[in-house]
Amino acid sequence: MSLLTPDPGLLFWMLLCFLIVAFILGKWGWPAIVGMIEERGNYIEESLKKADEANAALANIKAENERLAAEAKNERVAMLKEATRLKEKIIDDAKTQATAEANKIIENAKESIQLEKDNAVKEIRSQVAELSVNIAERIIRGELKTNESQIDMINKLLDEVNIAKS
Amino acid sequence: MSQSINTKKASQAGKIVFGILLVILCFLGVAAFTSHSESEAKEELNIKEMIFGHIGDAYNWHITTIGEKHISIPLPCIVKGQNGWNFFCSSKLGHEGHYVEYNGYTIAEEGDNAGKIIEVATGERPLDISITKNVVSLLISCTLLLIIFLSIAKKYKKNGFCKPTGLQAVLEPLIVSLHDDIIKPSVGKNYKKFTWYLLTVFFFIFINNLLGIIPIFPGGANLTGNIAITFVLAALTFLLTNLFGTKAYFKDIVWPNVPIGLKCPVPIMQFIEFLGIFTKPIALCIRLFANMFAGHVMVLVLVGLIFVFSQLSLVAGMGFSIVSVLLVVFMSLLECLVCFIQAYVFMTLSALFIGMAQVEEEE
Repeated sequence: MSLLTPDPGLLFWMLLCFLIVAFILGKWGWPAIVGMIEERGNYIEESLKKADEANAALANIKAENERLAAEAKNERVAMLKEATRLKEKIIDDAKTQATAEANKIIENAKESIQLEKDNAVKEIRSQVAELSVNIAERIIRGELKTNESQIDMINKLLDEVNIAKS
Repeated sequence: MSQSINTKKASQAGKIVFGILLVILCFLGVAAFTSHSESEAKEELNIKEMIFGHIGDAYNWHITTIGEKHISIPLPCIVKGQNGWNFFCSSKLGHEGHYVEYNGYTIAEEGDNAGKIIEVATGERPLDISITKNVVSLLISCTLLLIIFLSIAKKYKKNGFCKPTGLQAVLEPLIVSLHDDIIKPSVGKNYKKFTWYLLTVFFFIFINNLLGIIPIFPGGANLTGNIAITFVLAALTFLLTNLFGTKAYFKDIVWPNVPIGLKCPVPIMQFIEFLGIFTKPIALCIRLFANMFAGHVMVLVLVGLIFVFSQLSLVAGMGFSIVSVLLVVFMSLLECLVCFIQAYVFMTLSALFIGMAQVEEEE
């Protein structure tokens, strides 16, 4: 029974066929398949890594954007605050200035009024004095029509001077 | 809700199919019984011959025999005897049980060369490289291998970065797991030198094992259960292991790292290590051969049992045909598993043996 003795014909064909198949597959089959699978694996790995990186970059950009937005918001608030402050200041300034100006004008007006008043008073005084002198002149003229009255007057005045001297 | 109804329907249908199957199986027994009683007068049932006829090699591919008519595919015979090279069709030599002489050759009916071509004049075997049943099966499987893997390779070259489709998608996980999980870690850093052999060996064994389970024409030959095939594969593993072995590997055989008493005056360890070089591939060869051979024999015996029981009585034949077919179905499913396991084991062990010969000198 040839169960355990290999048949030479079959050995020959087996060796031939197997080596041919192994050679062909070893040359054009396996390297292409295994190589491409490995290449694809690397490609996928790399792509994933890149995607991760892109995601990280995107997250960074987002964070940056948010930061910028927050900054801008803060800036805006600050600017608004500043503007309000400025506005108030300007208004205040204007107010104080206006008050000062008004005060000045009022002062000036007061001064000129005073001046005018003084002038008027002076004029009134001189006119009053003139009038008084005129009146006194007339009165005295009327009284001193006679000589006796003139002498009396002079005596009286002299008395007065004496009294004032003693 | 509708799912439970569906499963109920399915189980009912399954019961009906099962019932029909049982009836058919009973009739198989009847058929076996009647066919046996018809041919009883002519020849006794010979289970052993039937089994070895199926698992052995042949010069033609016998498909079936209807009555007296043998239906088989004749194959070319290529022999070189005393009268030089001869090419002829195997049908010229007659058929089983009725061999005739052609060109000085015939097929031996008995003796050491039973079933083989011999020279009529001397009774010796000529140089015989006929395309036998096993060689045809070998050619078919090799063609299949080439078609499958070259087409896949083409697909990879064309659009390797795309999602694998069809056969490519089926085989890719297998190739990847074999390559990354077995070849790479087992062989070590020089694995690229051996990938071609290991992957080819796996798929060669796997496809031939699977073809072996198919009972009709393109399959059915017991190729991986033939010692010549497993011998060639094991011899190739042996050659690759030892031709590419490192210095450290050979040093370990000639002067192993064991207590001096075990290797100096009497080279016990050297002897064992040297023997190990050969036992490893021989074990590979026998393991694959015996597993596939046994699987085929089991199936054939279970089928043959129908005929044995039919010889006893009609009822026994009917009854046992049911048991037998169920057992054969079970065995065939088991064989599917064995097909994969044996291919896997052969490749894994080959990778391990090659890897063991790739050891580096320890510092």
